Amino acid sequence: MTSSAPTTKSAAPELLRELAGVLPAANVLSRPSELLPYECDGLSAYRQRPMVVVLPETVEQVARILAICRRRGLPVVARGAGTGLSGGALPLVEGVLMVLAKFNRILELDPVRRTARVQPGVRNLAISEAAAPHGLYYAPDPSSQIACSIGGNVAENSGGVHCLKYGLTVHNILKLEVVTIDGDRLTLGSNAPDSPGYDMMAAMTGSEGLLGIVVEITVRLLPLPTHTSLVLAAFDDVESAGAAVGGVIAAGIIPAGLEMMDNFAIRATEDFAHCGYPVDAEAILLCEVDGTAEDTREQLQRVAAVMREHGATEVRVARDEAERLLFWKGRKMAFPAMGRISPDYYCIDGTIPRDQLPRVLGKMKEWSAEFGLRVANVFHAGDGNLHPLILYDANQPGELERTEAFAGKILDLCVEVGGTITGEHGVGVEKINQMCTQFASDELEQFHALKEAFDPRGLLNPGKAVPTLQRCAEFGAMHVHRGELPFPELERF
Amino acid sequence: MRDADQSAALRDQVAAAHAAGGSLEICGGGSKRFYGRESDTPGPVLETVGHRGVVHYAPTELVVTARAGTPIREINAVLSENGQQLPFEPPELDGDATVGGTLAAAFSGPARPWCGAVRDHVLGTRVINGRGKLLRFGGEVMKNVAGYDVSRLMVGAMGTLGLVLEASLKVLPKPEREVTLAFHMERSDALVFMNGLGDRPLPLTGAVFHGGIVYLRLAGSAAAVSVAMSELSGEELPSSDAIWRSLREFEHPFFDTKLPVWRIALPALAEPELPGEVLIDWGGGQWWLRSDAPVATIRDPVSALGGHATLFRGGDRGGEVFHPLPPAMAALQERIRRAFDPAGVFNPGRMVAVAG
Ligand SMILES: Cc1cc2nc3c(=O)[nH]c(=O)nc-3n(C[C@H](O)[C@H](O)[C@H](O)COP(=O)(O)OP(=O)(O)OC[C@H]3O[C@@H](n4cnc5c(N)ncnc54)[C@H](O)[C@@H]3O)c2cc1C
Repeated sequence: MTSSAPTTKSAAPELLRELAGVLPAANVLSRPSELLPYECDGLSAYRQRPMVVVLPETVEQVARILAICRRRGLPVVARGAGTGLSGGALPLVEGVLMVLAKFNRILELDPVRRTARVQPGVRNLAISEAAAPHGLYYAPDPSSQIACSIGGNVAENSGGVHCLKYGLTVHNILKLEVVTIDGDRLTLGSNAPDSPGYDMMAAMTGSEGLLGIVVEITVRLLPLPTHTSLVLAAFDDVESAGAAVGGVIAAGIIPAGLEMMDNFAIRATEDFAHCGYPVDAEAILLCEVDGTAEDTREQLQRVAAVMREHGATEVRVARDEAERLLFWKGRKMAFPAMGRISPDYYCIDGTIPRDQLPRVLGKMKEWSAEFGLRVANVFHAGDGNLHPLILYDANQPGELERTEAFAGKILDLCVEVGGTITGEHGVGVEKINQMCTQFASDELEQFHALKEAFDPRGLLNPGKAVPTLQRCAEFGAMHVHRGELPFPELERF
Repeated sequence: MRDADQSAALRDQVAAAHAAGGSLEICGGGSKRFYGRESDTPGPVLETVGHRGVVHYAPTELVVTARAGTPIREINAVLSENGQQLPFEPPELDGDATVGGTLAAAFSGPARPWCGAVRDHVLGTRVINGRGKLLRFGGEVMKNVAGYDVSRLMVGAMGTLGLVLEASLKVLPKPEREVTLAFHMERSDALVFMNGLGDRPLPLTGAVFHGGIVYLRLAGSAAAVSVAMSELSGEELPSSDAIWRSLREFEHPFFDTKLPVWRIALPALAEPELPGEVLIDWGGGQWWLRSDAPVATIRDPVSALGGHATLFRGGDRGGEVFHPLPPAMAALQERIRRAFDPAGVFNPGRMVAVAG
């Protein structure tokens, strides 16, 4: 991470003229004041002013802008709502930032076949809102769902609180319309259960804007569950709570959501959201079950029993819908609550096998003391997807660097215990070095080869998601991958 | 057969073929030899059945990792002991179906529309690419977005993107209770009925129409199943499992034919006129057709409705058994294939005819 003052470059007048031939003048931004809001995404420690911002409104315009960029050899970065947490939509100094926010229409909602065809700039929550009158919803629900775009969700393969049972974005989308850098308009997937040829939906989902511009998405809608109940269980120590997570699964229950918060997060949230959390608990678990009335009742009893078996000091079942929403409110407000008690926080996104929860949480506590930085844990425990929030103050010299070092240690530990450096936020620019820890050079080369099949000249979001071997060689001087010396074939510096 | 890790030997064979400019036919248990195109230039067989065994199974992690040659039947047995199962219900094919072949051919059973397909349960793979490099993608955790999703891309690629050495698959608890209900009705009504079941959360894991009867499988907690039963009425079959097993294993009398068998994937409620007898599975999403009618009379009406038709078994195996792709898409997929296997080592022509 480097938060040095961004260099800037102004767009050549001929480029602006060419773009103005494709777009209304108001949709081409190049004055510094206009560019400012696009300097960063949700990861604000990285900033870079783009050369120019374009806001296309039609697929035709997207294709023509890409043609201009291709001809001029200009890199293109796509941006949805800019809520990404890994710098995926960070502009490039000599690049075009293509903002898809104006693609904000739901094109078709078919309540009979339970699908919705939407433009990429549509907000995640807007789909469920439009589907609600038909008793339907779109299942993946990132905490950022009021703001983030479905196009961004596809690019990041976003998850949410309910993905343990209902899957990630990749499990809930049927079809994509994509414009490639070569100007081809492709249909990936279909409204049928599958498509001939390779699984292109798999390649595109989670590709962080490196393979093509997604201009239309058909999502699958699900019937709203008729009954939903929430259990809040409090624990004296984090380890027991971690063990209870495995216990629920071992009991054969797949909860709709299973979230954990540690004491620090509980206190901060309670002060802010007043949702009735037990502030003395070392950890709480929020476990949601859904289904038919009978099913829910039965699962609820079993979940409560498992929690007690694992030493829960208190087990509360939300009395009604209002209390259920109140318990969730705390969870959803946890991030803003942290923002209130610390000038800055840094959110990490590693995933680990569930049985490693106690060990990894224990290590984090230890390191927190070592680095002198507070950590709050609020995360998708059911999936083993950690979101430690390291609290820091960017204005204190050295704190950001210490935070990064701490975060790097946590991510390395995630890989070491058999997990991954990112469960749902993506690699972007943020975790590009950690990619060298998780993958060997042959694997990275394979990623680059796949990218080349889509984008031979590397114009789409270059420098993100997959590090060059060169970069890893430099970074690798400090890291050893799976016990081997990395990149023996490359020259050392 | 004993568990063994033959990764190194397999890698050496691939690397040797790559160096010599040769090709290889990947073969697991041989249960799906009938499927896909006949190779244009059949090379020597690369056997994976010796590379077998469950590498890691952690019931509370909901994941099983097994080598390519491990029979699906063996995985099912191991999971069953812990009250779990592969949710996508792949066929065992007399015990010959292996993990590798199941991924390559992407065969999912009757539960697919409700529980997901093979690709939905793949968490990670180890593969050997056409350059003879041993690679690992994804892992054993539920959520992982580091790098492109190469593991899922392997599913349905018929081995043409690489040799899958090992796969980590998401597993789920077995349902407490399963029942099968039968309903008599006409085909058009059946399509509407089956589609409409998705309007509310029912514990449904199968919906098939054949011979004027819709069969539904309900599976879940005992409480949920009995409520759904009384809501739906319908006539309960004495053996709940028989019909689903026969569909999954292609042992249903429908498949007992000398005619070519087509697999047709369609959007909900689509009802093409097809030249032959059909069996409709996946609540209307997957149609089976027995027919030796000309290809165009089958593919044209299916394409028009947004579906695709695969010549599943029999017929002209040297032709385009998979639904042809639009030119730009075909070109991109060929570039993807080359990105994994530049020299064309794996199964040349098994998916599409080798170019030029
Ligand atoms: C408070 C908060 C909570 C969050 N909670 C969650 C959570 O629970 N789960 C989760 O998964 N994420 C979460 N996120 C992260 C973020 O919201 C998601 O990654 C989201 O999907 C990003 O969508 P966006 O529209 O903001 O995309 P952007 O940030 O604009 O872009 C993200 C990436 O997608 C690419 N992209 C965008 N649109 C397109 C397109 N049309 N075609 C091709 N590429 C495109 C960009 O180039 C970039 O690489 C959270 C973020 C915040 C700030």
